[in-house]
Amino acid sequence: MRRMAQRGLALASTIALLATAAACSGDDGSGPGGASVPGVTDTEITVGTHMPLTGPASAGYSKIAPATKAYFDYVNANGGVHGRKITYKIMDDGYNPANTQQVVRQLVLQDKVFAILNGLGTPTHTGVLDFLKSNRVPDLFVASGSRSWDQPDKYPGTFGFNPDYTVEGKILANYAKANLAGQKVCFLGQDDDFGRDSLAGVEKVLGSTAVAVKQTYVTSNTNVAPQIGAFKAAGCQVVVLATVPGFTALSIGTAARLGFKPQWLVSNVGADHPTLAKQLGAAAPLLEGMVGTNYLPMQNDTANPWIQLFTKVNKEHNGDAPFDGNTVYGMSVGYLFVQTLLAAGKDLTREKVLEAVRKGGFQGPGLVPLRFSEKDHSGYGGQRLSRVSGGVQSYFGPAYETDEADGPVNEYTATPAAPPANGVPSGS
Amino acid sequence: MDRFVFLTIDGLSRGAVYAAFALALVLIWRAARVVNFAQGAMAVAAAYVAYTVATATGSYWLGFLVAIGAGLLLGALVDRVVMRHVDHASPLNPVIVALGLVLLIQAVLGMVYGNEFRPAEAPFSRSALTVAGVAVLSPYDLFVFAAIGVVVSGLAWMFARTPVGLRMRAAAFAPEVSRLLGVNVGGMLTLGWALASGVGALAAMLVLPTELGLHPHAMDLVFVSAFTGAVVGGLDSPPGAVVGGLVVGLLLSYVSGYAGSDLTPLAVLVLLLAVLLVRPGGLFAPVAARRV
Amino acid sequence: MVLAAGVLLVGVSYAVEPFRNFQLATVAAYLCATAGLTVLTGLNGQLSLGHGALMATGAYTVALCQNAFADRGMTGGWLLPISLTAAIVSTVAVGAVVGVAAARLRGPYLAGVTLAVAVVVPALAVTFDGVFNGEQGLSVPVEPPPLALGPYFPYERWQLWLTGAATLLVLLLLANLIRSRYGRTFRAVRDDEVAARLAGIHVARTQVLAFVVSAATAGLGGALLAVLAQSVSPGAFSLTLSLFLLMAVVIGGLGRLAGAVWGAVLLVALPDLTHSVTELLTLSPAVAQRLEGNLPLAIFGLTLIVVMIAAPGGIQGLLSGLGRRLRARRS
Repeated sequence: MRRMAQRGLALASTIALLATAAACSGDDGSGPGGASVPGVTDTEITVGTHMPLTGPASAGYSKIAPATKAYFDYVNANGGVHGRKITYKIMDDGYNPANTQQVVRQLVLQDKVFAILNGLGTPTHTGVLDFLKSNRVPDLFVASGSRSWDQPDKYPGTFGFNPDYTVEGKILANYAKANLAGQKVCFLGQDDDFGRDSLAGVEKVLGSTAVAVKQTYVTSNTNVAPQIGAFKAAGCQVVVLATVPGFTALSIGTAARLGFKPQWLVSNVGADHPTLAKQLGAAAPLLEGMVGTNYLPMQNDTANPWIQLFTKVNKEHNGDAPFDGNTVYGMSVGYLFVQTLLAAGKDLTREKVLEAVRKGGFQGPGLVPLRFSEKDHSGYGGQRLSRVSGGVQSYFGPAYETDEADGPVNEYTATPAAPPANGVPSGS
Repeated sequence: MDRFVFLTIDGLSRGAVYAAFALALVLIWRAARVVNFAQGAMAVAAAYVAYTVATATGSYWLGFLVAIGAGLLLGALVDRVVMRHVDHASPLNPVIVALGLVLLIQAVLGMVYGNEFRPAEAPFSRSALTVAGVAVLSPYDLFVFAAIGVVVSGLAWMFARTPVGLRMRAAAFAPEVSRLLGVNVGGMLTLGWALASGVGALAAMLVLPTELGLHPHAMDLVFVSAFTGAVVGGLDSPPGAVVGGLVVGLLLSYVSGYAGSDLTPLAVLVLLLAVLLVRPGGLFAPVAARRV
Repeated sequence: MVLAAGVLLVGVSYAVEPFRNFQLATVAAYLCATAGLTVLTGLNGQLSLGHGALMATGAYTVALCQNAFADRGMTGGWLLPISLTAAIVSTVAVGAVVGVAAARLRGPYLAGVTLAVAVVVPALAVTFDGVFNGEQGLSVPVEPPPLALGPYFPYERWQLWLTGAATLLVLLLLANLIRSRYGRTFRAVRDDEVAARLAGIHVARTQVLAFVVSAATAGLGGALLAVLAQSVSPGAFSLTLSLFLLMAVVIGGLGRLAGAVWGAVLLVALPDLTHSVTELLTLSPAVAQRLEGNLPLAIFGLTLIVVMIAAPGGIQGLLSGLGRRLRARRS
């Protein structure tokens, strides 16, 4: 009997504890001034994101959200958007979908954010799509190339940012077809939708039987020697990699020690030269000749006005953190979001923001157009090829545009936009 | 046939590292009856120290020595500052403390060095030498085998032939009697932790150049493989740890090579069940009287 | 008492805002798993590093069932209990297999096998991606709250009611089990296997039974978690989850159901608390970048170490110690 009473006491005290905790935080719920739009006041807009800041998947990615925040701080220092300052709440989910559930609900239900911006990862973000939909939270510019974000009928509030993996696969394969004709093409991909969609793109261009050896890896097994050994044994001359940066470096390093030197064609996800070079250390010259793709200005292109702008923002608002592709990515997301807010007008509502994105027509740092429309919620619609030469990664040839279906790979020739003089987009 | 030779050598060179790491686990298990879940994080911390020293001085070997030293020191520190004060009445309490240490060490490393990959340099070429058209061992593989061979035989010699080794074994198996006989049991325990952590640091220095690079979580997967190796071999047996580590290394290589990378966890489970259902105390368990 | 707790829960669900309702619902789902683990590890002395995998089994079963129902156009409130039951049944089957192997093993060898199970089950979701859809996982279609509750009934409150009811039922059953003859045999086997055998207890059978009971509740916990999240993916049931469950029951206080309650509360509240503490600091961007994410983890790790050293019996051990001291002073 005593034990039972104790148990009751414990349960009751637990619940009481939580109830008090809840009561304490209950006051700030309604939002100041009784504004009906969550996360928006006359002076502030609060948006949130979920990112892996810790854990095995955090390498590289942990720099994106701080870069976005730095760009917002820069905009805030220049007067904000329609007089409102942007507050960016960054939540660490460690790339664990269970944590994403918690932190996104905290952002939406407790912190009452206006929108979720650039939530990172396919498995993590997939889990919160339904929740964001039922709470009518704009879910903008998801940081992953999965095709799941482009479902306007099912998820009207969700929009992508990255070109999808199939588009990328098609563009890489197109290069192989045009410039490496007759060579034996092989493929190594991550064992999930990233690898699968990318392979689908490659096969759409080259034909379903053209890829001689197809191998996969899982991130929980850091030995790729068996896969690379199979490529070598089969005499592969071109290897397409749909790999995250760690496994790009690992694959290229492993190939070198097996005396295997194919032409590498690497997905944008795993082709950031500073990241790879840092990981390879003294072995960085192995990256020479690697062909990759990207759709944002190259971080080392100091003549590019966007890079000049972002470098300045990085110095002033990001503690001059090491500047790489992730920094450019984060700031480009920030720029696009500010453009969206401006287009949505001074009377900001969630519906107006979605309408602004659907209307599209944003000109920013991207080398290819964003595809946003009523029917299309995917992000950038193409990429440009880059090559590492003399330890420097730079673009070559034209940018390409294509779709995720059987459409052709076309050159995209429009000149990229220049940033506004003060670095903050102006209202249209 | 070429592929089989290739996979065998690849598996053995990783297995050697798992063996060293498993040996570190066995050392602590024998001394303190604790499975040290913090082994991986502690070894990574030592490797980061080596990285700092090596980049500052430009000498790999100085970094290497400092890593072993840092490993020894960290082991002693963990025992004296933390583990000594844990109530060992429940065998789970030290396990939970070790898990707490993992979180703490990885977080501190993340704060100091950032959650980015750092390069882990190899002191010798990793390009395989070719014999009769078949790529066999690389100079680095030879270095790994030699280093682990030295450590394993050194430890075996120490436990079997030196007074200090004898005292350590006595302190572990009969602490009360040893104390009566004037053995500094506490000191022996600390020495056990230090040695194990030093071996762990060595293993990390050897395995990191073959992995993704230096990262606070770099040893997580190695820990799982090495723990499996130690369990397969039997946690009370240093030779068992070596054999278990090699077996796991080979298995992972064959399964990735012939069946597919995603099947490796399943293969490990099957191996564990196959061994433990026949010998519940691991391959090298002393043939003790049945418990019941 | 369960009735009182139920009434209290309904009261609380009206008093607090939606996010707290969701957090409490998550606590309830974890509580199913920690309570089961308490029975296995605390009462029967078997260690499991694989309960995350058992939760995954339950979660995927619920997802497959709910999807199958939705594909056939079936709707209705009675479908969810069927899916949950199916989740329990499938986890019991897996638990029985693991339990039979586990009954032969002790200490670190049991830890090794259960750890391998914890790694294998999420990996299977990737291997058989035709069924489980790989890393991306499956979505779990769940009915909205019944219309009888009104059109604007908050979804999170409904989630708390669902999981709370299931969890209270589990606690009631487990509390009765612990007090029954089976509970005594569990403890007898934990304390001394030889003595238990001499007293006529079938040790292996008792151990398998404990494992099956524990698996059933873990499966239900995982299923509830999947229902709460409306999705399931292997990343949510990694080895880390299994280790966190074990930490939760030990820190909460091993061997008592109240300890399992504390453990489940900590699993949800501690990451939140450490994050809030970190947010109070104002830092320059350079320092903030280094500490972000890492500082909460460091605090979490340090808390584990300090609690284990200062209160080896966990939180519940500390509380009942305090209670005893108070009572002693009074008499």
